[in-house]
Amino acid sequence: MAEKILLKGNEAMAEAALRAGCQVYFGYPITPQSELIEYMAKRMPEIGRTFLQAESEVAAVNMIYGAACTGTRVMTSTSSPGFSLMMEGVSYIAGANLPAVFINVVRGGPGLGDIQPAQSDYFQGTKGGGHGDYRLIVLSPATIQEAVNMMFDAFDLADRYRNPVLIIADGLLGQMMEPVELPDFITPDRIPNHEGWALRGKGSREQHTITSFDLDPVKLEEMNLKNYETYQKIQENEVRYEEYLMDDAEVAFVAYGTMGRILKTTIRLAREAGIKAGLIRPISLWPFPEKPIREAAEKVKMVMSVEMSMGQMVEDVRLAVSGKVPTPFYGRTGGIVPTPTEVFEALKREWEALV
Amino acid sequence: MKGIVAFKRPDALTSKEFTYCPGCLHGVAHRLVAEILDEMKLTDQTIMVAPVGCSVFAYEFFDVDGTVAPHGRATAVATGIKRSLPDRVVFTYQGDGDLAAIGTAETIHTANRGEKITTIFINNAIYGMTGGQMAPTSLVGMKTTTSPYGRKADSEGYPIHVCELLQNLNGVAYLERVTLLTPRDIITAKKAIKKAFTAQVRGLGYSLVEIVSTCPTNWGLSPVESLEWAKQKMLPEFPLKVFIDKVGDVK
Repeated sequence: MAEKILLKGNEAMAEAALRAGCQVYFGYPITPQSELIEYMAKRMPEIGRTFLQAESEVAAVNMIYGAACTGTRVMTSTSSPGFSLMMEGVSYIAGANLPAVFINVVRGGPGLGDIQPAQSDYFQGTKGGGHGDYRLIVLSPATIQEAVNMMFDAFDLADRYRNPVLIIADGLLGQMMEPVELPDFITPDRIPNHEGWALRGKGSREQHTITSFDLDPVKLEEMNLKNYETYQKIQENEVRYEEYLMDDAEVAFVAYGTMGRILKTTIRLAREAGIKAGLIRPISLWPFPEKPIREAAEKVKMVMSVEMSMGQMVEDVRLAVSGKVPTPFYGRTGGIVPTPTEVFEALKREWEALV
Repeated sequence: MKGIVAFKRPDALTSKEFTYCPGCLHGVAHRLVAEILDEMKLTDQTIMVAPVGCSVFAYEFFDVDGTVAPHGRATAVATGIKRSLPDRVVFTYQGDGDLAAIGTAETIHTANRGEKITTIFINNAIYGMTGGQMAPTSLVGMKTTTSPYGRKADSEGYPIHVCELLQNLNGVAYLERVTLLTPRDIITAKKAIKKAFTAQVRGLGYSLVEIVSTCPTNWGLSPVESLEWAKQKMLPEFPLKVFIDKVGDVK
């Protein structure tokens, strides 16, 4: 393994994506992810990869669609308003069963919002955002090293299931620097060639066609049902989460990404104060780690969700808990990152009300 | 009995029957493109991008690898394909609503980048698939389902002239407006399509052929009347012309 180097999150994700086999990148500048597109612009020509700055996120996502049609490893990165613009294309990419990787370095919203870290695009990423019955595989890292490793996972998942994968980072992960180990470049033989469906010119075979539509509702339903078989497999096999100090926990926190990381400090404060808190940190936001939360609800007294939003993931947490224990929520919005202490104060209030 | 084949379906077309209305010129345009792909021996290495509109099924009629882009985004999708596989031939086939309304930004920037793809642009001044609404190229005074009193310049503006807009962009290698109203027009159109694909194969830049076409169904005219209407009304607004030719003579 290589030595540790200090890298900004956006740059680390870019370099990791290239090492994970990303051949083509299309994107459009937007804060707080612009270092990612800038890194790609400089680095990709050096190693013989293809970079293009699109005229808009709308164009970028459709370039992604085109590149994905050829079975080439392709990605883009953006931030919240930009990802909103990509929603139509994401729906088409999912509908056409194409592998592609997206990074949303989430910032405060709605509207133009601000450029500070936020987690208010959870609904957009995990519940649709675009039109129609489709699912994205959604992953969320809490450290830059985890983001680096996740890039490899993301491309592999996209290829394995022929489905777009979204990495939800936030402005904090994009902008901060941490020491990371970069895995080596993967060898080309590790990348599936997709010969059976990709558009590369028919040569001597039958033509390949890729679409996301059928005007016959019976056939479209069949297409959607087939996609849902894939989604079922993803739910069975690809749930990712971390448990932290859950063995003796009386309170289970649920938080992802940057918030999940901050909560580890809150948990230390809580335990020093005699409240046995633990953490379930979803790493895959879809498929959501419903089972560990459901099981935790059997033994803890409270499952508390904390988000950098007014409460989006908490709805999935409450579905998992199914009313077995109280499920309070604490969140800040608009680009405010809660401190460990303020979450601890919120925990104390909820705990004292309960016991 | 021995004979010679004087006329047959081009190899670049599948055996699927066209779904276009009687009198529609999409069939002629498809055939010309297919004949050129065959003549230039490009069929096996071509990837096409169909639009949203009447020709949304074009990928079923052409016997090449193909996909359908979201409405207006065909040249962005084609860009993604071409940048991934630079040695393949990539073309888009788009109508006026797709290319000149919802897809205007993609059209201009693809042309400006000199993207080495070819666009066949069908301009019949109306939205066909959705049932005859006003297009960006609809003529002033033209009655459509969304301009039932006739297009008014002071509220809906003027028909947009795509070739005249694109001719100022340095990335464009071949740009011509043709039509299909007479046998002579069809021969000219075929030559233009050949030059457009030649521009791509030679790596000269972006190429686009605008085909001034008809829509008997939504114009509310017979096929023959449509040809006459196009000649009387469309061609004065959209004059036939070679705007850019960086290809030169082609055999």
